Amino acid sequence: MTKSELIEVIAREQSHLAYRDVELAVKCMIEQMSQALAGGDRIEIRGFGSFSLHFRPPRVGRNPKTGESVHLAGKYVPHFKPGKELRERVNQGYQRELEESA
Amino acid sequence: MALTKADMAEHLFEELGLNKREAKDMVEMFFEEIRQALEDGRQVKLSGFGNFDLREKKQRPGRNPKTGEEIPITARRVVTFRPGQKLKARVEAFSEQQAASAKPHTG
Repeated sequence: MTKSELIEVIAREQSHLAYRDVELAVKCMIEQMSQALAGGDRIEIRGFGSFSLHFRPPRVGRNPKTGESVHLAGKYVPHFKPGKELRERVNQGYQRELEESA
Repeated sequence: MALTKADMAEHLFEELGLNKREAKDMVEMFFEEIRQALEDGRQVKLSGFGNFDLREKKQRPGRNPKTGEEIPITARRVVTFRPGQKLKARVEAFSEQQAASAKPHTG
């Protein structure tokens, strides 16, 4: 499912809202989440999961072309930890698929 | 402070003028539709933010940490998140700011 498909599904269910409003809302939510992480904040969504930053310590890397070693500064990377409900539902969906194909 | 669903609903109310009810439902639905797609075994791609991918894990041996008893961890499907280029770049910019502000003044 892509962002535009997500917008379509929500627009179908929220038929009292114009498609354009749903589109703006989805983009607004994604932007707010990106901004939170870009500002070093966590995101905590009960039943879905949490997003946080993990620190990658500085290291000496190598340029694969020249073999030359380069110093890479420490950096933060976004990390997602699925919540309980999401973990369980994803796995239940999988177990159902396995049963159906058995 | 962590960003929550309540913050996101408040933001939709302020920025887009949705009423409180609509804003709350919108946030709820956003996460519910992503969960539903993942439950149905569909990957979710939010361009600019990242992809929620699904991975199948084979059964592997496990152990009850309390009793030491051996119990297999059954085959399962798990969600992984791969941040998109744009999000990674924005977070790296934050890393650089942090590094710069942590540097001692030499001037």
